[in-house]
Amino acid sequence: MADNQSEIRYLTPPSVEIKKKKYCRFRKNRIKYIDYKDPEFLKKFVNEQGKILPRRVTGTSLKYQRKVATAIKRARYLALLPCVADLLK
Amino acid sequence: MTFTLIIKPDSYYFFVKLEKVHIFASCYSKTKFFNMLNNYETVFITTPVLSESQMKEAVEKFKKILTDSGAQIVHEENWGLRKLAYPIQKKSTGFYYLIEFKSEGSLINKLETEYRRDERIIRFQTVRLDKYGIEYAEKKRTKKSKETEKVRED
Repeated sequence: MADNQSEIRYLTPPSVEIKKKKYCRFRKNRIKYIDYKDPEFLKKFVNEQGKILPRRVTGTSLKYQRKVATAIKRARYLALLPCVADLLK
Repeated sequence: MTFTLIIKPDSYYFFVKLEKVHIFASCYSKTKFFNMLNNYETVFITTPVLSESQMKEAVEKFKKILTDSGAQIVHEENWGLRKLAYPIQKKSTGFYYLIEFKSEGSLINKLETEYRRDERIIRFQTVRLDKYGIEYAEKKRTKKSKETEKVRED
């Protein structure tokens, strides 16, 4: 019986998702300053409604997440990024 | 009378020794203690109603305020008429202008009160650049100047 159990065969191989490890893009690319005047770049850290994405989604390290957040807020104040939006992307 | 003054580099205090009495003086801010200049970057948005000459006049006015109170203008950039992400004072477009300058911190208050008094300005923001910010701004400038040279060569 034990042998039978170990020989279970699937018609289609089960798809096991291999999790890609998230990384901080600022650490990897050695970016030290996040420019608030570049809204196209900052849009990567914002969802469709214009909300700042959490660290657990983007994988940014804490140090740079803080900088991203201030940059986005500065851009919002200068009307480079919307505060509220729908279908931003 | 003996008089010794100890200033350690990169620290914000000094000792003065007068005979047997030590006097200790310190300062909470490095920039104030060493009388250092900061790099600032200011962006302002003016109303789209202005003509080009009026816009130039406004820019000249603020540049004059900066230079008169002892700031060095490092760089300036005209972004032109841009669409705003949301309406400000019922206007959906505005002229953006950026000035990067070097000065003491006390100037910022003066500049910002001038911004507030001026009716043509609808939004402004002044930001201090840290060392990485200065580096980034310099890199950007050299890149741009190279590009313009290339265009000229072509």
